[in-house]
Amino acid sequence: MSINLQNVTYVYMSKTPFEKVAIKNINIEIKQGEFVGIIGHTGSGKSTLVQHLNGLLKPTSGTVTIGEQNIHSKGQAARQAKSRVGMVFQYPEHQLFEETVYEDIAFGPRNLGIPEDEIDSRVKKALNFVGLDFEKYAQRTPFQLSGGQMRRVAIAGVIALEPEYLILDEPSAGLDPRGRDEIFGQIINLYEATGMTVVLVSHNMEDVAKMANRLLVMKDGEISLDGTPKDIFQNYQVELKQAGVDAPPLTLLMNKFKQRGLDVDNTVIATDAAADSIFDAVRRC
Amino acid sequence: MLGQYFPGTSLIHLLDPRTKIISTILFISSIFLAETYQAYSILTIFIGIIIAVAGIPLSMILRSLKPLWMIIVLTLLIHIFSTPGTILYKMGPLAATQEGIRQGLFMTIRLIFLIIVSSLLTFTTSPIALTDGIERLLKPFKKIGLPAHELAMMMTIALRFIPTLLEETDRIMKAQMARGADFTSGNLLRRARNMIPLLVPLFISAFRRADELATAMEARCYRGGDQRTRMKQLQITSRDWLAYGILCIVIGALIVVKINVK
Repeated sequence: MSINLQNVTYVYMSKTPFEKVAIKNINIEIKQGEFVGIIGHTGSGKSTLVQHLNGLLKPTSGTVTIGEQNIHSKGQAARQAKSRVGMVFQYPEHQLFEETVYEDIAFGPRNLGIPEDEIDSRVKKALNFVGLDFEKYAQRTPFQLSGGQMRRVAIAGVIALEPEYLILDEPSAGLDPRGRDEIFGQIINLYEATGMTVVLVSHNMEDVAKMANRLLVMKDGEISLDGTPKDIFQNYQVELKQAGVDAPPLTLLMNKFKQRGLDVDNTVIATDAAADSIFDAVRRC
Repeated sequence: MLGQYFPGTSLIHLLDPRTKIISTILFISSIFLAETYQAYSILTIFIGIIIAVAGIPLSMILRSLKPLWMIIVLTLLIHIFSTPGTILYKMGPLAATQEGIRQGLFMTIRLIFLIIVSSLLTFTTSPIALTDGIERLLKPFKKIGLPAHELAMMMTIALRFIPTLLEETDRIMKAQMARGADFTSGNLLRRARNMIPLLVPLFISAFRRADELATAMEARCYRGGDQRTRMKQLQITSRDWLAYGILCIVIGALIVVKINVK
């Protein structure tokens, strides 16, 4: 089971003077179990692209299928296919509306018609995944939480749907570095614990590089690069620059070492591994 | 809602917003002078020329009529069946008359022209220019206590935030739909209840935006309209006088037709 986009093009405000082609001729397959990072400059079409994955936007031309199911055909099967994909929007805390954290997280599962006792366990699980204590937070109003906590509640609201695919659009936007690390830590835990397919949109290379096992780089509404992070940072630095994104600072640093003749491994992505590699290289000198 | 701004550099676009506002009001009033086929021909030709000069595609004009088509059809029907005169066709207690058809047609055309002319104003004038124009036009009324600048500022802000709020609505709707919310099915009560997940976040964000904007304006020392200078001074040019001249000729022609043709 995978999500397939075939020749997908989307035009905003079609047939007006404000017409804008947001994405053109996209062909991708997102396989189950992948952790896909989508990066690109602001306005490169990342958000438009991911909104096609669960049918929120209907392509101007082209088709989107989940498994064998075209998600824009009518009927129960298409609805069901769409409900396999969970979507966390930018600033998801802006969508909170219930009186308590519990009720807000339960909103999605309830819409799916899930029985109350299972909802209860799903809310508990979801809160646990985002690192909030059920006893402490479930009955509080979401609007008095801190920004980072509100965001986690909102993400929990999507996790509680137990989707097979989880799409996150800039989940760290507007958070401080610590809040960002926490959110990403939780996403990785979730990915490892459930085997959920994750699609993460970001314009920050460093975040994506650490987590994704496949990277899509977008430029002007098209996918300009598709590969593993290591491969892309290593071999396509010119193309990356053209797309308006930089390789992560760590890769740039390691490349500089290598240029100056220090034999380090410039494919590392984690800071610890980099430190080890530098240490080894220096010792070998 | 009136039409959206349709950017362009036509003669009509370049007119001073005050000229366009005043002309629109004058022209709309003069539509009521028309009572004969001749007068309506003059109006039609004039409006046709303005649309052509402004370079607004006909599809946009038709789109601006769309939300009001029910009212237009209703006007037509009411007039056809309620005007006394020579009976053409009887349908139970209802009778269509020759006078009714004529009257209904004229009323409908009047209504359509009203909508077209006022949408032409918003099609060819950016919201900022429009509020600037209104502010200047209301200035004389300041003496009797009308807060012209404040009203214009409120309008500017309201207009400025319409697209933002629409975008926000769209985003929240999508987010809730992704969580299985349903905004389109069910009876009225159910639908109203289903709007809660949309309306609560929307209100919260509207208030947050208002609060942030107020702070930002105060931080930049905004304190109302007194002695405020502007970057773009409105200026009446020969173009505007030309526009007034043409409008006078058209209105004059309408008056002549009204007096002479009966």
